[in-house]
Amino acid sequence: MSHPDTSGAVYICDIPSERPWSRVLEQGQTLRIIDSEGQQAVDALLYGAEDKSERYSSQDTLRVQGSAYIELGTRLISNKGRVMARITADTCGRHDTSAGCCSCESNAVRFGEATKFQHACRENFILELSKHGLTKRDIVSNLNFFMNVPIDPSGKFTVVDGISAPGNYVDVTAEMDVLFVISNCPQVNNPCNGFNPTPIRVVVRDAPGL
Amino acid sequence: MSQTQQQIEANRRRYEELRAAGQELTPKGLPEPTALNGAPISPDAVLQKEHVPPGWYTTMRLRRGEALRIVDDTGRSSVSLIGWREEDTSERINCADTVKVQWSAAIGKGRVILSDMGRVFVSLIEDSSGAHDLLVGGSTPASALAAFGTATRNTQENFLAAASKLGLDVRDISPCVTFFAPVSLDEAGRFGWREGRKRPGDFVDLRAEMNIIIVASNCPHPLDPARPAASAPVTLIKHRAAAARVDDPCRTGSAEAARAFVFTDRLFA
Repeated sequence: MSHPDTSGAVYICDIPSERPWSRVLEQGQTLRIIDSEGQQAVDALLYGAEDKSERYSSQDTLRVQGSAYIELGTRLISNKGRVMARITADTCGRHDTSAGCCSCESNAVRFGEATKFQHACRENFILELSKHGLTKRDIVSNLNFFMNVPIDPSGKFTVVDGISAPGNYVDVTAEMDVLFVISNCPQVNNPCNGFNPTPIRVVVRDAPGL
Repeated sequence: MSQTQQQIEANRRRYEELRAAGQELTPKGLPEPTALNGAPISPDAVLQKEHVPPGWYTTMRLRRGEALRIVDDTGRSSVSLIGWREEDTSERINCADTVKVQWSAAIGKGRVILSDMGRVFVSLIEDSSGAHDLLVGGSTPASALAAFGTATRNTQENFLAAASKLGLDVRDISPCVTFFAPVSLDEAGRFGWREGRKRPGDFVDLRAEMNIIIVASNCPHPLDPARPAASAPVTLIKHRAAAARVDDPCRTGSAEAARAFVFTDRLFA
């Protein structure tokens, strides 16, 4: 396991493999998501802390950016057109927001009905969102940090081996107060987690100068 | 739960087999696009017909087995679509699952659009265009203002108005599919617009595989370069279609589609 510097952190949490997590980030705070052991997809959703009907929008984020992948500098756009957060550091280089999260139901379609009874990101999201008065209805197309999903010009769409090494991290700086929700992806049927889910670490820092 | 090396290898093998089938075999078996005059609707089969002016939207309910034809009469419009299952509106179209499960963001004739519950929402039983967008989405107040220099009607507000009239709200608005939107993607992942991929009279037939409510918004796609906006009325025709038989190409196109149909059929068993 490899971890970058955590000095100045106001909050540190190791999220076990397959588990959800959530926390309100205040405007200016930066969440560092660390892929502790490498090749671990981290599914994420953002909601306005005040008005949760404002939420992350994958399509608006890609439209504003003009390109298909999440990377350093990407502004995460809400369904109301506002910047919720920005990617302010990234030692991995490739993240997805078009492939959505795994669910028992989509696993059954993709990999056969026997996989219906395997834990999935949507189960995590439903349980974590329930703590905040939200339901399945509130789950939108999410971010997949450290998940490598090249889309080729012919449209070919493939989840391939992750490129994140142990200790790679991505920093997300909140531009407004946001509820940040994570599912540490339990998927064992595709390469997004190297077929073997592992723990991640999250670290929150205040804005510089505070 | 830590996976054994044996499980990891078995799962990787299955994934590679599914990928090869989904990306190498399935595309070869897909039907050719429909000719512009290739699928006339018998007047007896028409249930409802509506012309939607540019900038506007309409809502339609379709029973399982009914189909919706959307026609880009002038070749200048794009139509963004969202929808819900009538009996449980928390079930809705899911663009991410649609592209992930079918191993392709290029959706055309013979493909399906999935709900978030692993079921087939609609099948593309006819499609003359094959140029549809599931990644970039529809126009918004900000995108329309930036494009045209003035506040204009847009898909995001159309969806909100339509949802509200059904007792739904902003929470129920999912990412949308936009038909007749030839969005391209280069090697670096940059989006573009493929000129010359739109023709007057292009159409799709979406066969409802469950009882659904859809909203169709006729607004320029945010990447459509036409200035001023060139979109024109589009025609929506609800009609009776033959139910998906066991040998229906949308059902048999891939192992994934076949499973999604089985799960959908159970709703009506």
